Amino acid sequence: MSVRVQADDFDIGAEVKALTGGRSDIGAVVTFTGTVRGDTPDHPITSMTLEHYPGMTEAELARVEAEANDRWPLLDSLIVHRYGTLKPGDNIVLVITASAHRQAAFEAAEFLMDYLKSRAPFWKKEEGPDGSGRWVDARECDEKAVSRWDKTRTLAAPDDAI
Amino acid sequence: MTEAAKPIRLMYFAWVREKVGRAEELVELPGGIATIADLVEWLRGRGPEYAAAFERAEVIRTAIDHTHARANAPIHSAREIAFFPPVTGG
Repeated sequence: MSVRVQADDFDIGAEVKALTGGRSDIGAVVTFTGTVRGDTPDHPITSMTLEHYPGMTEAELARVEAEANDRWPLLDSLIVHRYGTLKPGDNIVLVITASAHRQAAFEAAEFLMDYLKSRAPFWKKEEGPDGSGRWVDARECDEKAVSRWDKTRTLAAPDDAI
Repeated sequence: MTEAAKPIRLMYFAWVREKVGRAEELVELPGGIATIADLVEWLRGRGPEYAAAFERAEVIRTAIDHTHARANAPIHSAREIAFFPPVTGG
């Protein structure tokens, strides 16, 4: 179980190998990788800068990971999230879950991504070819995605406005 | 809770940081500020940049000492309070 917040890229194969190496109890490994989307028709993007809240980011990712480990019989897990300026196609986030059987690994990976997207203090700013910057708005569907796990939710949601 | 002023670190992120014009500051709060909502009201009165940043206060999220917090959360034991837009990582 670990979380990392870093500017550098990650190597998915190497991370899986590090997590599973020398173990025979793991029967299922699920990885999710989020990458930077490029241009949309009305919205050219040359780069994306991820700002985060050092200290809280690590704490929040660890809380989300601990919650997943409480809910599913995971044998190991890893969250890696990048910050700084990234280009279209670059890796942003990696989630790995390992379990004896696939269902727990699949579900936990989805849970981790849904929770991370609604809780981890990262903010994306898209930069266009003219040098303009635009903060990405939070999407309502991300809030809906996290609410489907509500039945047994134990972490307070950051959904109350001031 | 003592009413003696003690410094609290305020942190601002993303467009809240841009509008306030700084990433962080140490402030001594006057008495009578008990919750996040009280703090926001006080900040709004500190100048046009704060008024602009907190104009749409209903969309701004907060954290107390690295933990998400609600508007009615008490701040008397807080050392660091952060203000930021809804998160967009992942």
